[in-house]
Amino acid sequence: MSDTIRTDAPPEAAARRTGEFLPKLQLTGDHDLCPGCGEPLAVRTLLEAITDVGMTHQCVGVIGIGCYTALTSNMNVDLIQALHGRAPSLATGAKRMRPDTLFFTLQGDGDMASEGLQEVIHTAARGENVTCILINNGVFGETGGHMTATTVLGQRTKNSIEGRDADYHGYPIDMMAMLAPLGGTAYAARGTVHDAKGVARTRRMVRRAFETQLRGDGFSIVEILTMCPTGWFIPTAEGPGYLDEVLRSVHGTGEWKRDGELLTQAAVPPGDDEDLLA
Amino acid sequence: MTRRLMEGSEAMAEAAIAAGCRFFAGYPMTPFTELLEHFAAKLPDEGGTCVNAESELEAVGMAWGACATGFRAATGSTGQGLSLMQESLSEMTRAELPLVVFNMSRGQSDYFQATRGGGHGDYRHLVLAPIDVTEAIEHVQTAFHLAEKWRNPVLIYGDYLLAHTAEAVEVAPLELDQLPETDWAVDGTRSGTGNPRNVNSIGMIPGIKGIDPETFWKRLQAKHDAIAESEARFESESTEDAEVLVVAFGSMARFARHVVRELRGEGIRVGYFRPVTLWPFPSDALRAAAEGVQRVAVLEQNAGQMIDDVRLSVLGAAPVSAIGGISSDEAGFGVGPLLDVDRIRGRVEAALETGGGER
Repeated sequence: MSDTIRTDAPPEAAARRTGEFLPKLQLTGDHDLCPGCGEPLAVRTLLEAITDVGMTHQCVGVIGIGCYTALTSNMNVDLIQALHGRAPSLATGAKRMRPDTLFFTLQGDGDMASEGLQEVIHTAARGENVTCILINNGVFGETGGHMTATTVLGQRTKNSIEGRDADYHGYPIDMMAMLAPLGGTAYAARGTVHDAKGVARTRRMVRRAFETQLRGDGFSIVEILTMCPTGWFIPTAEGPGYLDEVLRSVHGTGEWKRDGELLTQAAVPPGDDEDLLA
Repeated sequence: MTRRLMEGSEAMAEAAIAAGCRFFAGYPMTPFTELLEHFAAKLPDEGGTCVNAESELEAVGMAWGACATGFRAATGSTGQGLSLMQESLSEMTRAELPLVVFNMSRGQSDYFQATRGGGHGDYRHLVLAPIDVTEAIEHVQTAFHLAEKWRNPVLIYGDYLLAHTAEAVEVAPLELDQLPETDWAVDGTRSGTGNPRNVNSIGMIPGIKGIDPETFWKRLQAKHDAIAESEARFESESTEDAEVLVVAFGSMARFARHVVRELRGEGIRVGYFRPVTLWPFPSDALRAAAEGVQRVAVLEQNAGQMIDDVRLSVLGAAPVSAIGGISSDEAGFGVGPLLDVDRIRGRVEAALETGGGER
């Protein structure tokens, strides 16, 4: 077989799986989350980014409460389980005592934007050297699809059954717009896992957030939009499209703050796509 | 080491640091504020950290994180602030974290909060209630030791008097048993090894899907039963032939002990009993001390809380009555007119007159 894949003729053999690949920080790919869920993808991307920055054996995760909590048994990472919404304060105390360890929180939108909003704002404002990872699907997935603080207008949830109505339910919070301007925030970006390009860009964002922490530059946050077809009451295969059209139109993806500089509009992380997919 | 005039807050902060505490987080509130000030001033010089948290919720969360990485850590407030922390305190008990919590209470009305807790689920905290600054220095060190020994939060119950009274004291390190090395904390070095740790409150084990709550909760219950069996502490005086047994804790016990000694000096048959640990409550010792007395008189500065535990201990062997009550200054900080030797002596004498008569 030659090194170059010929594209002017059919392949000699059909594609086949040649081996199992798991990131170093993942114990298994097996999980009990719903088909089409974006959280395993987001978590895998996060774990890969830890290895990218060389902190495989020097990292601690602080985990919130949500569907993703069930994924922690897959993670080959030292963990602290927090109460709903409280991960940023735990990460603060832990990082202060172990400044050489990479600390990240893993929180959903219900956890971070609804229950724990105060925690993440103050942690950002204090410029704590931690990285908060927000996986945002716009619903409380674990309870079965209820409205959170990031649910977009018009989105149907079990307690906004006709769609979120601003007059009745209020407006969604744009976490990037809120957290990026704070003085203690050094890096803020929103990625998505609804397509391959999104996954690659998100991995780059998480890597940059960790590099920010490792330089001691202050607070970093990456929000990752994830699919929840179960909580959105749509067929599994329509999840990525719904995310792109509905969530992403309100929660725009890109970098919001880099090296402490607020970007005037959310930017794609630099680097061409070949580089990103490498 | 030399004796130095120190207010209780400073002495407790020094004792905590002597015990190896390297992290503190808190939010100001009278009469706890000075404890936070002293930690903020002293910890950085010892290589430690004191964070001015934005709320009590975050203060306890920060201490939780510091504890989970294997460092001795503490937080505190008044009862009001501790109300906000209850969710975390109950969860930290299930996460088996050795947190030390200071309650510089406004009087003694947080007895139920301290001994029953305001959080969810089956859980218990050890509670030490020092009588004065000298004992507080010992209790703080004992608290860190017991917390680590049992992997369970320990609460120090103080008040305005304890926090603000200056006494000539020496912060001498206590000789305590050697504890086994911590084998549960996370420092990140087990990540990527296939054998990571998970400090959690629901019995999760890395690599194993799902949880087994009943087994986990029963194991914690067994631990709390073992603490109840072995850690109750008390102080008593002149109980042998006493007609009236005065029961009090913390600052009120300091008054009670003084009054009982004064009356004994005059040949009056009155005894004194003080629970040093509020949980576990020294029930067996109190039942023994109350044997043969005509009346058990409970002196506490609240509407009647510890009296429940006294009744559960005495089990009807003698009438139990309250001789304390709500007593406060104008600001509500718990420095009331009841904190007065003559007034308390009058109430003990009234109990002696009643004897076993009225129930």
